[in-house]
Amino acid sequence: MGALGSMAFVLVFNFFLFRVLPGDPVETLARNRLLSEESQVELRAVLGLDGSLWQQFLTYLGNTFTGEFGISYTYRLPVSELILDRLWPTVVLVGTSSVLAMVIGLRIGIRAAWERDGRFDRVSTGSTLTLYSMPEWWLGLLLLATLAVGIGPFPGIFPVGNLISPGVDATSIEGVFDQAWHLALPIVTLTLAYLADFSLIMRSSLIDELGEDYLNTARAKGLRDAMVRRRHAVPNALLPATTLIALTLGFVVSGAITIETVYSIPGLGLLTYDALLVPDYPLLQGTFLFFSAAVVVANLAASLLYGVLDPRVRG
Amino acid sequence: MSTPTPQLAAETLSPRKITWVRRRRAAAVTWREFRQHRAGTAGLCILGLFGLVAVLADVLADPAGLMVTQATGEDLDSPSGEFLLGTDDNGRSVLTLLIHGTRVSLFVGLLATLISMAIGTLVGIASGHFGGWAGGSLYRVTEWFLVVPFLPLAIVLATVLGSSLFVIAFVIGVTSWPGTALLIRAQTLSIEAKPFLERARALGAGHWHQMSRHVLPNVMPMVFANTTLTVAIAILSETTLSFLGLGDPKRVSWGSMLDDAFTAGAITTEAWWFLLPPGICVVIVVLSFTLIGRALEEILNPRLRAQ
Repeated sequence: MGALGSMAFVLVFNFFLFRVLPGDPVETLARNRLLSEESQVELRAVLGLDGSLWQQFLTYLGNTFTGEFGISYTYRLPVSELILDRLWPTVVLVGTSSVLAMVIGLRIGIRAAWERDGRFDRVSTGSTLTLYSMPEWWLGLLLLATLAVGIGPFPGIFPVGNLISPGVDATSIEGVFDQAWHLALPIVTLTLAYLADFSLIMRSSLIDELGEDYLNTARAKGLRDAMVRRRHAVPNALLPATTLIALTLGFVVSGAITIETVYSIPGLGLLTYDALLVPDYPLLQGTFLFFSAAVVVANLAASLLYGVLDPRVRG
Repeated sequence: MSTPTPQLAAETLSPRKITWVRRRRAAAVTWREFRQHRAGTAGLCILGLFGLVAVLADVLADPAGLMVTQATGEDLDSPSGEFLLGTDDNGRSVLTLLIHGTRVSLFVGLLATLISMAIGTLVGIASGHFGGWAGGSLYRVTEWFLVVPFLPLAIVLATVLGSSLFVIAFVIGVTSWPGTALLIRAQTLSIEAKPFLERARALGAGHWHQMSRHVLPNVMPMVFANTTLTVAIAILSETTLSFLGLGDPKRVSWGSMLDDAFTAGAITTEAWWFLLPPGICVVIVVLSFTLIGRALEEILNPRLRAQ
């Protein structure tokens, strides 16, 4: 229900945004090619901009559900085609970084909470808080400058940007390795940025559980400390952590946009950045709808996962 | 008869005065506990320093140094005696830009937070206070809003509304309130269950009176702790939006400096003096706000305290 509501909200918001845009989209499209009155009217009909507001809304809904997001001003191609074309680099980049960040971040958070105020906790919380306070793209710029461009006498070891070296076939084995090599630094950057959030969330969730009586019971039964942590404390702490991590999914999207811009990876993020510089409204709206839908679906998945993890919800 | 006993003094005070005395005492206790927090206190001191720089920006660095036409240095010159942090791609002193950027970054961060907290607190209290469909639907709207990813929404809003400091602050404010609203709602629900609210209702207090006189003062400490955390997010957001070129083109902020550095190729020309200082300032200020917010949260939420 919540997911449907969010999506409906995004759709309605997007619709009205399209109506208050400065300038008429038809005129903008017609500016470069001299269009006759008739073809303008025709274009209006194609874009669903004729008829009453209510009719327009219905056309818009129909278009959206059939994947018609309009035609990009700059590329002169359907927005849906552009999005599909640019999807994979983003999926690989964001997917790998999120999984890595989750595995590493949760571990750091668990250990920090368990050894609260110990040395590991002080160091890890200090560094994750610093990472949390850092714009992820600035970290990207620093890594790019030091490891890819190189400073002074030290040459850079990583490629400076883009997804593949010129002249390499993307489908060959060499091409796959080349792309992985190009993605290495962006993935490291995003992993560092994401894991700060994950580990801080996990730490506070687990600390919330530390005072509970069932942990004393488990210890009184004579369970080893590691067992108490793994079997009793962590599963319970994972529940609130799942909810909170689902809320940071929007941040995952932000990271994709800025990091792709910094490393010039031709994914959805860079597409968004290029679109906002023009500004290419249909493309912007397409990516906005797409990102929102992705986050809504991911949230839905998180709440289903919550149901699996929590027997009380499973009922 | 010259010195009245404490009880007598209390009797002559109006109820409102008693409330104020009590609140002042509670604030003093919180302040004492806050000062025990090393990280929080350090954050506060650092922020004080940055605040001072923001207020005294015109005194510390001549605002004329912000004009591209009056730039006196070479383009992208490394630090020297004349330009302590070197120059930017227009020959302006990076230090001057940094000092004036402090003012803009803090201003946008605080204004955005003000908007976000106002909406969040209002919606949170209202959705917690009113049962039935009114509170329920407010809660739903908050949840929907919460899921929409911040940056794409902010980008779309900012491209449509144009770019000025106020627009940026507005965009950040209206996109970042749902988290606050949910937190305040949870607090409101727990306060609504307390006997003193039942007493107020029994005495015939209206909705407005209950919310403004009983609920609001009690959620205020939580609002305060959340505010400092929101400022941190708001400053980060302003930096990111400016970096993407959505900032006010007429104003220099830390984010727009980094945008300039990026587009001027400071990475390949190794102009570290242009790339490092703004970023370091962002990290320090955001970290300070975060540390203060966490310290306050720990003081106000007993569950987080060390056992």
